[in-house]
Amino acid sequence: MYKLWATIKKDTRILLRDKVGLLLMFVMPILLVIIVTGIQNSTFELMDKSRLAMLICNRDTGKLSGQFVESLNRIGMFKLQQVSNKQSDAQLKNLMKTRNELLTVIVPADFTAKVSARAKNISGKALNSFGLQGDTTKTKLDGLPLTLYYQPVLQEQYRVSVNSALKSALQIVQSRETLRRLYFEINEKPLPENLEKELLNGQTNISQQPVSVSGSRKVPNASEHNVPGWTIFAMFFVVISLGGSLVREKVSGSFIRLKTLPTDFTVGLASKMITYLGVTMVQTIVIFAIGLLLFPALHLPKLHLPADLLALVIVTLFCGLCAVSYAICIGIFANTQEQANGIGAVSIVILSAIGGLMVPSFAMPEFFQAIAGISPLHWCLEAYYKLFLEDGTLADVLPNLLPLLVVTVVLLSIAFVGLKRKKLI
Amino acid sequence: MGVADQYAVEVNNLNFRYQENSGVNFNGLNLKIPKGERFGLFGPNGAGKTTLMSLMTGLLTAQSGDVSLLGQSIPGKGKQVNKLFGFVPQDFSFYQELTPAENLEFFGAWSGLSKIQTRQRTDELLQILGLADVRNKQVQQFSGGMKRRVNLAIGVIHQPKVLFLDEPTVGVDVQTRHAIINYLLQLNAEGTTLVYTSHQLSEAEDLCNDIALFDQGTIIARGDLQSLMNDHQQESLEGLFLNLTGKNFRD
Repeated sequence: MYKLWATIKKDTRILLRDKVGLLLMFVMPILLVIIVTGIQNSTFELMDKSRLAMLICNRDTGKLSGQFVESLNRIGMFKLQQVSNKQSDAQLKNLMKTRNELLTVIVPADFTAKVSARAKNISGKALNSFGLQGDTTKTKLDGLPLTLYYQPVLQEQYRVSVNSALKSALQIVQSRETLRRLYFEINEKPLPENLEKELLNGQTNISQQPVSVSGSRKVPNASEHNVPGWTIFAMFFVVISLGGSLVREKVSGSFIRLKTLPTDFTVGLASKMITYLGVTMVQTIVIFAIGLLLFPALHLPKLHLPADLLALVIVTLFCGLCAVSYAICIGIFANTQEQANGIGAVSIVILSAIGGLMVPSFAMPEFFQAIAGISPLHWCLEAYYKLFLEDGTLADVLPNLLPLLVVTVVLLSIAFVGLKRKKLI
Repeated sequence: MGVADQYAVEVNNLNFRYQENSGVNFNGLNLKIPKGERFGLFGPNGAGKTTLMSLMTGLLTAQSGDVSLLGQSIPGKGKQVNKLFGFVPQDFSFYQELTPAENLEFFGAWSGLSKIQTRQRTDELLQILGLADVRNKQVQQFSGGMKRRVNLAIGVIHQPKVLFLDEPTVGVDVQTRHAIINYLLQLNAEGTTLVYTSHQLSEAEDLCNDIALFDQGTIIARGDLQSLMNDHQQESLEGLFLNLTGKNFRD
């Protein structure tokens, strides 16, 4: 036991004196988690709290365009600003450039006429189908009578959302106009005001419920998405320090002397595993503490720990053990420190991408979704998500821990084969 | 005392060649080093001194033949036989990021000492080798001579019965060389068998009572200094060395 204790002390001392290694294992992931959460959170807020700024150029003098703008405003997604209807298309584009505006909607001069014509056409068809006499005068119906200018920096998913919102507002105006016409044709009097208001205001609320194991209605925030992900990244990045330390030991004379001493190198390996498992635990505590304590001070959403803390500790231990085993494997097979650092860093970035740390797995192409399982980081992330986002328990994460355990055993077996082949044990 | 017990090191009919077939080959090498000797292995570069030392310490495994330490065969005994000997490699074989005391604490534990024994031996060795004042300084800040003394201290921390030294004084000043030689003589007086390789022929005079001249994997002459010079009618060891190994460059 004294041998193991002395070896852990030796490894810890060397680790604490490796300033670059410490920087990579602690400072880099801390910066990453703060920056990425900050960026992602501001993206959420762009759509959610702040509202997207949108210029409206209403060239129509009819009443339906006013109703359209009002409907658009009620959707709550945009901060609308009316601009002069005298501006030409070129002037509007120029205005967007100079004021750095993301979106401009042009309501054409014939908006009311076009929507009315469409409503008339639909109500006529409806009356005919009821067996009544409707106006079936053929009217040429174009597509959307609106034009949307957007800055190319606006990502596609936002553009799709904006388009849907515009369609939704347009639909409200058009449906109401159709109904008003139908009502008038049948009852020969205008649609009552209260019914019209109900039509305009009566937005159907959608009950949004996250699918959680516990049935909790807590909505996950950007911190709960990012903190576990970057903690896993940090854990696996110990490959730089641990892999490098193994290579240094191999290429320096100290390894030669260790081979002549009456102690098996498995003691050295066990010490490295314990020491660096400790490092991964400290990394987790530090990064989680940042999510809990620092994020609110930085106006970022606070991290909420899962209810099953024991499961959180066990998942963290499994992830740490897998990360350390991976680093040992790299360290044993690399012949130089440059190899260990290069292969280690690049492989972790690739495995992170495949595992869904950078882009969620569901958003990846089918092929990458299919191979996500080859990355141990994927299983780590899935286990954490089950705890953080779905309020899962230990029993729920077991299907994720099993593959992690298998990967760990395989990595350690490969490491032992490597040690034997290289006559290091 | 059995015959086997008389020898600290026995090399019997040793055959060795590197896998890539480079370097020196040993064909049926035999060598017996009696207990308590100060055995010096001298030879030109590439003669096979370090290879032989690696075979005697179990770092390399021969294709056939046997190496025994104090009657125990190295290949068959696993790690237990390693308790019997100490090894001071030519390279600085320790952790430069640690202090001498921290290095000795770690290597003491790996050499099989208890915590108390390690602490005791660390204090003793740092004192003897003049490192007590710098015991808490990182070794990477040391001079070459100080590093040599740390290298030696680690090799003897567990008071081995046989001590292998591969050029332990290379690159040191006269004072450090003198201190190291004196300490080795003291260890030998206390019963440690020394097996020593060097290029420094003068050290053969100062340290060794049994000298082997080694070249191309073969012992070409062996005896004490005086008898070697008498047998080959030379007045100095250097003359004897050049006479037996030639004057051509070897590397």
